[in-house]
Amino acid sequence: MADPALFEFLHTEMVAELWAQDPDPGPGGQKTSLLVLEGMGFRVGQALGERLPRETLTFREELDILKFLCKDLWVAVFHKQMDSLRTNHQVQAPLRLPGTLLCPQGTYVLQDNSFPLLVRMASGLQYLEEAPKFLAFTCGLLRGTLSTLGVKSLVTASVAALPACKFQVVIQKL
Amino acid sequence: DALSTIILFLQNYPLYIRSIPTENELKFHYMVHTSLDVVDEKISAMGKALVDQRELYLGLLYPTEDYKVYGYVTNSKVKFVMVVDSSNTALRDNEIRSMFRKLHNSYTDVMCNPFYNPGDRIQSRAFDGMVTSMMIQVC
Repeated sequence: MADPALFEFLHTEMVAELWAQDPDPGPGGQKTSLLVLEGMGFRVGQALGERLPRETLTFREELDILKFLCKDLWVAVFHKQMDSLRTNHQVQAPLRLPGTLLCPQGTYVLQDNSFPLLVRMASGLQYLEEAPKFLAFTCGLLRGTLSTLGVKSLVTASVAALPACKFQVVIQKL
Repeated sequence: DALSTIILFLQNYPLYIRSIPTENELKFHYMVHTSLDVVDEKISAMGKALVDQRELYLGLLYPTEDYKVYGYVTNSKVKFVMVVDSSNTALRDNEIRSMFRKLHNSYTDVMCNPFYNPGDRIQSRAFDGMVTSMMIQVC
């Protein structure tokens, strides 16, 4: 079993490297770096979505896939399970533009109370504004794994106080 | 000699097609497309079944006079279809199973290859080599 610290160190360096390259640390440059990290996580997630699932057909419904993310994926990458999974199926009204259809969307909130990529940083509010950089890769990871398992989604993360964070997964139904 | 074709499908378009001997390719492509319907039927039938363990190996999809068509599906909804000449009676069910497993493992390796873009046709020589040696053993 690989030492969890190896991935943590690599991830830290990835984030540092992307931000070091940026001569203009304004909001525009930041956004690109976040997208790059998310994209990297996505490709890794796509591969893990193929490698991890077991020898039998285990996904009967969408919730099974979300549980897989919370257990199998989280344990494989972060050596712990997600602390909570909440579902919030609701119809969300987008901006009322003429001709827009209401799309029913499933929303899931995955909460990790002690996210390994944030744990070494702080316990509380210090470095709060830096936290998004350290969550972008993982958002992509979740989106990529879901993609391989046949689910199109949008994944965002939020932090109220380190090292706890929430990942919001919104299923895109076409 | 036993003719055979192996095709991998993602959704319903082919990721990889291989036939030995190659001149019969077109006939097999048509057959494999119809077998996709059978794969989809089997998958939805399994979905309704209350069994806990649902296998990836779908077994014999349908026999024709001259050929037997076998199927396999992954959790990532990739479908593998294999066509074998009916005259090849030496090939046992568990041998077909292990061939599918080998294909699945190799496909997973392809997914993990940084030069492979998920959704593209498979061009890996390593994958080709594995399929070649597998099909030669069958013939």
